[in-house]
Order: sequence, then C-alpha cells, then structure tokens
Amino acid sequence: MLPLTAFLIVAALLFCIGMYAVLARRNAVAILMGIELMLNAVNINLVAFWRYLTPGTAATAEGLQVGMAGQSFAAFVFVVAAAEVAVGLALVISVYRNRRTVIAEDVDALRY
Amino acid sequence: MAEFLVSSGWNANLAQIVASVLGAVVLASFGLVWIIFSIWLERKFAGRVQDRLGPNRTGPYGLFQTFADVGKLLIKEDITPEGADKHIYNFAPILAVAGIIAIFAVIPFNHVWVGADLNVGVLYFVAVGSLATLAILLAGWSSNNKYALLGAFRAIAALVSYEVPMMLSLAVPVLLAGSMSMQDIVKGQSIAYIFVVPVSALIFFISQLAEVGRSPFDLIEAESEIIAGFNIEYSGMKFAMFYAAEFIHAFVICVLTAILFLGGWRGLGAGEPGYELFGFLMVMMKSVAVYALVMLIRNTLPRIRIDHMMAFNWKFLVPLSLVNLLVVMFLARPFVPDYAAAEAAVAAGGLAGLFGSIFGSGFIAELPRAVVLLVANVIMFAAATQLLHRYGETQRAKLGVKDVQPVRATAMASD
Amino acid sequence: MQPEFGQWAIFGLFTVFIIGGGIGTVSSRNLFHSALWLIISLFGVAGFFVLLAAPFLAAIQVLVYIGAIVILIIFAIMLTRRLMGLREAVNSQWLYGLIGALITFGVIALGLVLASSGNTPLLASQPLSDITGDSLRDLGVALVDLNQYVLPFIVASVLLEAAMVGAIVIAREDE
Repeated sequence: MLPLTAFLIVAALLFCIGMYAVLARRNAVAILMGIELMLNAVNINLVAFWRYLTPGTAATAEGLQVGMAGQSFAAFVFVVAAAEVAVGLALVISVYRNRRTVIAEDVDALRY
Repeated sequence: MAEFLVSSGWNANLAQIVASVLGAVVLASFGLVWIIFSIWLERKFAGRVQDRLGPNRTGPYGLFQTFADVGKLLIKEDITPEGADKHIYNFAPILAVAGIIAIFAVIPFNHVWVGADLNVGVLYFVAVGSLATLAILLAGWSSNNKYALLGAFRAIAALVSYEVPMMLSLAVPVLLAGSMSMQDIVKGQSIAYIFVVPVSALIFFISQLAEVGRSPFDLIEAESEIIAGFNIEYSGMKFAMFYAAEFIHAFVICVLTAILFLGGWRGLGAGEPGYELFGFLMVMMKSVAVYALVMLIRNTLPRIRIDHMMAFNWKFLVPLSLVNLLVVMFLARPFVPDYAAAEAAVAAGGLAGLFGSIFGSGFIAELPRAVVLLVANVIMFAAATQLLHRYGETQRAKLGVKDVQPVRATAMASD
Repeated sequence: MQPEFGQWAIFGLFTVFIIGGGIGTVSSRNLFHSALWLIISLFGVAGFFVLLAAPFLAAIQVLVYIGAIVILIIFAIMLTRRLMGLREAVNSQWLYGLIGALITFGVIALGLVLASSGNTPLLASQPLSDITGDSLRDLGVALVDLNQYVLPFIVASVLLEAAMVGAIVIAREDE
C-alpha cells in the first residue's frame, strides 16, 4: 500500500487551492466551487484515515463502535455539501435577480 | 483468459492487465456492433407499424442499410460553428458514447459473463448515466446556439427530475435482493420481480424512457419546437456518435429492465452451469422483448408537452414511488425468504417437495413474500389509476369538455 | 512490473486529475470552464475513494457531486451568464490569498512530513489491518445503528429537507 502521508498531502494541496479560490475569486459561484474543493479535501482525509487507522469493526473500551466513523462522516459531508450548494445557489440567483450582480464584494449593503 | 496467457509463459500481472483490457474491448465493441443491428431492427419495425416496408434495398432485407448510412456520415463535412467552445464541442460526443458504454461493465449476461460484479453495481450505472446528462449539457452549451442551449436546458430539467422516481423504484429490487450487486439481484429472482412488484417495474420503465428521451418524452429533440435540440450544430461523425449513444442507451435500458425486473439470465434452466450461452440468449431475448415495447410506444404515442411531462413526474410518479417504497419496506420485512429452510422443506417431500421439484426451492422460499407484495401492488395500482381518472374528470369539468369521443377511424381514412 | 509501481502510477494519475482540476477551477476566467475543471477534480477524488477501498463513496461522489451539484452550479452559471467573464476574475486581495494558501499548505505539509518521518512516526505508513468483512454492509449498519450514527443520520435528513424548502423559498419569484 501507499503511505498515508501521500493522500494527506494531496488533500492539503487541494484544500489550499480551494482556500485560494474562496479568498481571491470575485464571482459568488466561483467561491462556492472553492468551498466544494475544500470539502472534498476533507473527505479525502476522512476516508484515508478510515482506511489506514480503523478499517473493519473497531470498538472503543466502552464498547462504542467506531469502525465506520470515517466513511460515515464522509457521507455526512456529502449531505452538508448538497444542502450548502442548494441554498447557496438559491441565494446567488436571488441576489442576481434583485441586484443584477453575482460579484461577492458588490453585495455589501449589510456593512452600512 | 488470464490463466491461458500465464500457462503460455506470460508474466502473471501483465497477463491480468491484457485480459482486462481485452475484456473491456470485447464488451464495448459488443455494444457498438449491436446498434448496427438494432438500428435496422428499429427501422424495419417502424416501417411495419406505419404500414410500409422499411429499408429493403441494401442487402437482404435491407440489412446493410446501416453500413451505407455510416459510410455517408463518415464522408460528410465536419463543421464546427463560429464561436463554439472547440474543445468542449469535440469532447461532448465522446463523453456521450463513453458514458453509455461504461454501463455495460456491470451488466451480468449470465452467471459468469459480467465485466465487474461491483457491490455497488446499481449505483454505478446511475452514476455513469449522469455522465450522459453532462454530455448533453456540454453539447448544448458549447454549440453557441440558442436552440441547442434550450434543448440542453429541457433535457437536464427532465433528466434530473426523472432521476428521482428512478432511484426510488430502483431501491425496491435492491431491498428485495438485499444487495446492490446486479448479479445478486438476478440471483434473488427465483420469481421475477415484475410478478412481485409490478408498480416499481412500471415506474422504472417510464422514468428510464424519459432518461433516454424516447417518445413520448422526446422533448429533448422536439423538431417542431426547438428544431433538434442539443445536437443541432453537430454534423458527420460527431452527430453519428450522439445518434449511436441514443440507440445504445435505448437498448441498455431494456437490458437493465430485463435484469432488474424480468429475472435476467434466469428461466427455463438457463441459470445452470454449462448453459452459459443459453443464459446470454435469455437476457437478449428478454431485452429485445422490452425493446419491442419501446419501439411500439415510440411509433404510436404522440409527444407530450414539457409542463405536462414535469407535472406528471412531480405530482404523480414521485409520490407514487415514495408510497410504493414505503409499502414494500413494511411488507417485505416479515417475509424475508429463508432459502435454507425452503431447501429442507423440499428435501422433506410432500406438497412443498412436489412444487419444489417443479419450480426449484428458491421459488418456494420467495412465494409468501411475492404473494403479499403482489396483492399490495395491485391495490396500489388500482388506487393510482382511480386517482388519475378522478383528476382527469375534474380537469375536463373545469375546461367544460362534455365527453371525450374517440376519434373515428373512418374519418381518417376518408382523407 | 511491480504492483507497487502500478499503485503509484494510478495514484499519480488521480493526483494529476485532482490538482490539475483544482488549479483549473480557480484560475479559469470563464466560469463554465471552471465548472468543467471542477468535474475533473471531483472525478480524481472519486478515484482516490476507489484506491482507499470505499467504492460506495466513489459511486456517491460521481452521483451526487458530478451528477447533481456541478449540474446545479452550471445551471446557476447559465442563469446568471450575462455577467460571466466580466472584469477581472480575482479581487484586489488575491496576492494575500495566494500567499496565505501557500503558507497554509507549507505548514500542513511540513507537519505531515515531520509526523511521518523519524524512528517512531506518528502516522502509520501502512494500514493497521486489512479490510475485514463487508465494509458496505458495515457502513449501512453504522448509519442506522442506535449505538452509532442514527441521530446524525436523521439530523442530516432534516437538514436536507430544510435546505430544500429554504432554497425553493429563496429562489422563487414573487408573484
């Protein structure tokens, strides 16, 4: 098998690419895409740790099953990502309809 | 295959890779060769339905007509429109064909002939099918044409909507077989699922028809409204690829229906070892039977309006498939077939032994669940049709239509 | 041909997909191209899931991300396309963003390398055990087992429901 570090480094790089998109892009949809990249990086980490540390049905001293923790959490990340994109894009479309813009820094009325 | 190469002195790893690649090539070419036949079949069938002969000039019974068509398409000019997004424009047809052919990888043609018996086979084919959706979107966008974009919009809206009842009805065979592997679903069908859960089979078939964009759901390419839809700008071989993708997809949905609901390679002893070829023929026969139904629907039903199509999905198919899934969930749980006990009962003889020797012990094991679910399905079907009937009546009353008269055939003939 | 080399080759291929797709996503001026690059990146992540023996998550990745989320994003791009490729793609603080991202990556990578080197590395280079049993069935059980994740599972369903209702309410036009 490949070393665990290889997967983690790729995930870290992907996370930072996503972070750059969130920090630097102006278009709100592009920022959402950056968030998707970051969530995917997290998912790689979760599944990689699951595969290398607790594959099978591991249990803690209290008898709590933790064998599928990594995959279960990754599944919840999918759910959160789907919900986030649905609401985020609805917001973008709503803002576009009212303000005719999708540039994140133009929508700053709450600042004043 | 791999064993043969190893025995003739090859490296084991290399032999494995070569065998896998060869398997993939054989599977993919099977799909592509089959459409040459299926296009001919479809044209002949359409001809007969419309009271004409169909292609009959090229070769015996017009069998080589498709080759002539392919030759024509190959020598046509390959046009890329001005302002098109070139790379995406050229990539879309490839993705369309590849996405469909990749489905063949999980289809079990008999108990050994299966590309890869994934334990998430059902999910795999839905996921790969979504690549075809993507191809339509890419084609519509990159053509730089309003009609193409409109067609793509329509296609995506329809496909994404109809994926909901499809997934919900797909969950039923998965639930009954207790596995997402296609091979296990076939093995679980001592009684074909169409006799157990006909409502799910019907929903699956309808939503798959919409997925392919076959009549009556062929709004993707409604010539009278949006000319040809997403592939309007394509010509020559690229157009042929979309055309081929549509035909393969139309056949693939028939194979999937045959496997998930009609018992796949089972039936008439086809599942036994030593009858591999018979099992393959069984799948193909069932698929062609379903395909005949698809062709008949295509040639006899008019196209429905896009808002009707969406309303039918969201207001009827989705609630029905939700209710259906709940009913199956609650009724199937107490009647999980116990194959070992059934085998013992058959071995013990008596009435169970008599039936068991005729139909096999799997049949005995699945019989109670099948009876209960079939009764529930018939009730559900009756209720659903009654609801549709009521809805139709209220709609007609609202519009002031007195009574619907069937169109007289004589009036048509006198024209 | 060594199996180790084959694994590295597949890993490298998917890494190129992920990183190349990611860089394409953030650097492409045309938003539509950005979304396509994102698909390539997500596809690479699905490949990683297969490498990590999680085929269910790989199928869900293709189904949910590529089949639903990216299609949704492309829809949003098309609905707001009058403003595509308008002005510059990045804002005035992009340089700080780039430096911050690079520093973050440097710190994480340094930490990972330190943690996995030395005589007694914190990070195991090999899996502690092989996959035992049917991990797909285990995942299904884990999500509905009372002692495991049934509560988060239900909360996730409620979240999806709320998001669906919220999205419809926000995006619908006032009549």
